[in-house]
Amino acid sequence: MLAILRREFSAYFRSPIGYIYLAVFYIFSGFFFFTNNLYSGYSSITGVYSSLFSIIMFLIPILTMRLMSEDKKQKTDQALLTAPISLFSLVMGKFLAALCVFCMGLAVTLVYAFVIAIFTTVAWSVVFGNLIGTILLATALIAIGMFISTLTENQVIAAVGGFAVMLFLMLIDNLKNVVTNTLLQKIVTGVSFYERYTGFVMGKFNYADAVFYLSVAAIFIFLTIRVIERRRWS
Amino acid sequence: MIEVKDLTKKYGETAVVDHISFTVGDGEILGFLGPNGAGKSTTMNILTGYLSSTSGTAKIAGIDILEDPIEAKKHIGYLPEHPPLYLDMTVKEYLDFMYDLKKVTGNRKEQIMEICRQVKIDHVYGRAIKNLSKGYRQRVGIAQALLGSPDILILDEPTVGLDPKQIIDIRTLIKELGEKHTVILSSHILPEVQAVCERVIVINRGKLVADDTPDNLSRAMSTDHKLVLRVDGPEEEVYRLLAKIPGMLEVAKLGVREDGVYDFSVEAKKGEDIRREIFKRLAERSWPILSMRSSELTLEDIFLQLVDDSAGKPSGGEKDEK
Repeated sequence: MLAILRREFSAYFRSPIGYIYLAVFYIFSGFFFFTNNLYSGYSSITGVYSSLFSIIMFLIPILTMRLMSEDKKQKTDQALLTAPISLFSLVMGKFLAALCVFCMGLAVTLVYAFVIAIFTTVAWSVVFGNLIGTILLATALIAIGMFISTLTENQVIAAVGGFAVMLFLMLIDNLKNVVTNTLLQKIVTGVSFYERYTGFVMGKFNYADAVFYLSVAAIFIFLTIRVIERRRWS
Repeated sequence: MIEVKDLTKKYGETAVVDHISFTVGDGEILGFLGPNGAGKSTTMNILTGYLSSTSGTAKIAGIDILEDPIEAKKHIGYLPEHPPLYLDMTVKEYLDFMYDLKKVTGNRKEQIMEICRQVKIDHVYGRAIKNLSKGYRQRVGIAQALLGSPDILILDEPTVGLDPKQIIDIRTLIKELGEKHTVILSSHILPEVQAVCERVIVINRGKLVADDTPDNLSRAMSTDHKLVLRVDGPEEEVYRLLAKIPGMLEVAKLGVREDGVYDFSVEAKKGEDIRREIFKRLAERSWPILSMRSSELTLEDIFLQLVDDSAGKPSGGEKDEK
């Protein structure tokens, strides 16, 4: 698993993808930090995190598009799948590599918190709550993106598929205003990523929400393994 | 070392590998021969655990590849048809990665350098794989298969895309490796298999059609009765003379080569050796034979024969009883 993690992580920075991802993430988070805190002189950083939601949604597919599809296209999956490692560690290695790059991007928000700390006191518990919430959101989204990447050997299709799913997850919140059936409404609210995310942003650490994100991640990691496994049998 | 029993792989209704059984002993070099699409790569992919079989078993060092894949894979070094290279890495980074991936133990640097010397890639060690030629990439692929010195090496068309000198290098290397490892290599080039392997398995359309030593195989497929002649003499008369030789099945004119020199292809009945008779008769008429050679044994010939031979039988594999 470590070998794969290391290789995948370094692969992000062998191609422009890692740099582009980080640059875009830094630009937007910096922009939010500027408008939210620096310009308006506001000390709470939660606004930055809540604005980051849609940016994360759009950037995660960039991170995950190549995870599985590239191996399939370049036939390097033959090396991975004939090596004496389990599918679980193979998939986890790749998953964690993407998560690491994500965290590298997210780490910049800590810098913002330190900048605020220069001028005023920072509610560190809120900052860390936000950080954890964002990472939990990312685990779920990366797992979904990775799963989509497993389905194709074309990176572009993996990215577009990822965007489509992310967009759907964003629009699902609008759906609940349209749906009248209470059961459906409950389901829509239940799977809303945004609803749970705002909980963290507000500084509420809700175990149910954490479990939700982690379960989504677990399900899609499981599905990824199943798809790879199934390919051997088909 | 390797035990394959009734291995079958079906894609839908088509059987790509059809009830193949064979065993490979310790330190044996086994050649897998077959035309493109015969099922060689699929068989190898099953042996290495990349694909799973529809039915049948494959045991590596006594371990079933489906039951305990991780343990079985530890015994195998695999070079697939397309070397599984990360083009964005350098040779060093790639071999380091594969070393970790295969959970090899021991002195990393020493072992990697030793292998690089063996396959002669030590001078491109620091270069990015994407900048290497096909031949070098192939060698890097072989290098990764050698990592950890596995008992079994499975090489899928290891010499494809190499230049003649590299091909000889790789063949010599495989022979050397065969002293310490069990090797299975596939090829669609007959001389290659003849040069390297102690035993050959011929596969056609997923079926095993022959399992023998290369010598026995070519003896069985002997084409001594099929000759190509170059004779200095009048075409028509030589043709008529050749046709009259007892045991002759067919004579064909291949046309003029030099002034007054003609080529003929002759085929005797099976089991008849007419070479001496041809010499005597042509010598009587003072028509010198400039060359006489057995027409080249091509893989296609062998195939046609093997496939023809096995056509009447329900499945292949009967020929391999030694």
